Amino acid sequence: MMMRDAFVDTTTALLAEQPRTALVLADISAALFAPAAGRHPDRVLNVGIREQLMVGVAGGLALTGLRPIVHSYAPFLVERAYEQIKLDLDHQGVSAVLVGIGGSYDRAAAGQTHRSPADVALIDTLAGWTVHVPGHAGEVPALLRAAVAGDGPAYLRLSTLGNDRPRGTDGSLAVVRDAGPGAPLLVAVGPMLDAALAAVADLKVTVAYTHRPRPFDAAGLRALAGAEVILVEPYLAGTSARLVGDALVDRPHRLLSLGVGREELRRYGSAADHARWHGLDAAGLRRAVSAFLEAGR
Amino acid sequence: MTVMSATTRAAEGGPPAPLGPLLERIRAGREFGPNVYSTLDVLQVLYDRVLRITPATVDDPDRDRFLLSKGHAVAGYYAVLAAKGFVPVDWLDDQDGPDSLLGEHPDRLLVPGVEIGSGSLGHGLGLGAGTALGLRAQGLTTPRVYVLLGDAELDEGSNHEAIAYAGAVRLANLTAVVIDNDSASHGWDGGIAARFTVNGWTAATVDGRDHDALYDALTGQDGSRPHVVVAVVREGK
Repeated sequence: MMMRDAFVDTTTALLAEQPRTALVLADISAALFAPAAGRHPDRVLNVGIREQLMVGVAGGLALTGLRPIVHSYAPFLVERAYEQIKLDLDHQGVSAVLVGIGGSYDRAAAGQTHRSPADVALIDTLAGWTVHVPGHAGEVPALLRAAVAGDGPAYLRLSTLGNDRPRGTDGSLAVVRDAGPGAPLLVAVGPMLDAALAAVADLKVTVAYTHRPRPFDAAGLRALAGAEVILVEPYLAGTSARLVGDALVDRPHRLLSLGVGREELRRYGSAADHARWHGLDAAGLRRAVSAFLEAGR
Repeated sequence: MTVMSATTRAAEGGPPAPLGPLLERIRAGREFGPNVYSTLDVLQVLYDRVLRITPATVDDPDRDRFLLSKGHAVAGYYAVLAAKGFVPVDWLDDQDGPDSLLGEHPDRLLVPGVEIGSGSLGHGLGLGAGTALGLRAQGLTTPRVYVLLGDAELDEGSNHEAIAYAGAVRLANLTAVVIDNDSASHGWDGGIAARFTVNGWTAATVDGRDHDALYDALTGQDGSRPHVVVAVVREGK
């Protein structure tokens, strides 16, 4: 099962279980929600290809006390409708659960228009958001249910990429591989875990996993980190660097921030190709981590 | 749609205090632009005769909603809210100050009775459509949602997303009010109503100074489609 299917199944169940839940779409995934729309025509709202309206409608629904889930491709949901997120949700003092698909380059062949490596950085400009970046479809139902049950703003970043198994954590950093006290700490976010584990398989590096980069687990980082930290994120490189710096402000440390580059590659190909070109496959991560550790010796 | 008599509605809001002195307290010697005066008549008719909102019902799920989308038209809005008792009159003496709750644009979290924070144009109609849908989804069939816009504000494409969708789904509990003071740089003189009716709305275009005509237009929805009132206000006329 893909993350998107898990999202559709869980949302369909939530609409039936909770009369407060509503879903707003802009054509994307509308066919997958046709059964739910048939059962709950007043709470499954497809506004057509109108993303500004999609978020504005969500703001209005929330003003009447409903809990909207808003869904599209990440670039249309977060980038195109950014001012609506800022004003129609945050500024009104209401919130929604945004669910984006497409990630950074899931649909690599579709080109730059369908890529959104900057989505988490944009959400990061706002206050109080929880960001979930699941690494496996099996993590999606619990994350979505918790987000909808809450009353704060949340963004779920779904991807076709991921790890071989779900990891059930509460969002705090979970040690997957322990290299002992003082070892460099690699923090892998969501779908990056398996590639990161492969990259450092024969290195003395502790690997921790999170599928909830916001709020960032600063206490967990302080407990696990020595003097060397490596961030591996599936979106813009450095997105969480500020938070690592804040968490370790009283400690001399070195930080390597790996993620998607800013420059538009103007190439098609597959997601695996883009992972390789951005240095986010196991071999690329290995090269970057080795150079970082070597430079500190 | 339950339609209450104008008399009942006015009685709910209490006796209207004269707006002139209240506006002068907000103005405090400054120059007001035409946008302040062009919205005043519509605001008075809405709050005196149409909207089912009182200071006691600002959180009542069954209240009518008034969304000021053209958020810069605050002076008259604040004056009306003070006249109706939503905010203390002495708040009007300090607009925009460091301790004031009344800014150049209204903030719903700061001002009782204000349904949306606005200022950036083109947000009210989408929020209004969502509000109308949320009321409908919860079986609240009595309240009506009114969104006040300006003719220049219709330049923002986001409005047209909302106009097309509200018409397509026959969002019958939504009324848009467009103040046409001919301020759009590339407007369409006389064509505002057509932009709505082509998308399935009913429309009434009236003299924005004529209170009885405004009242008839603001209560002229047919109950099956969204409704727009174009209030024409021309300087010197």
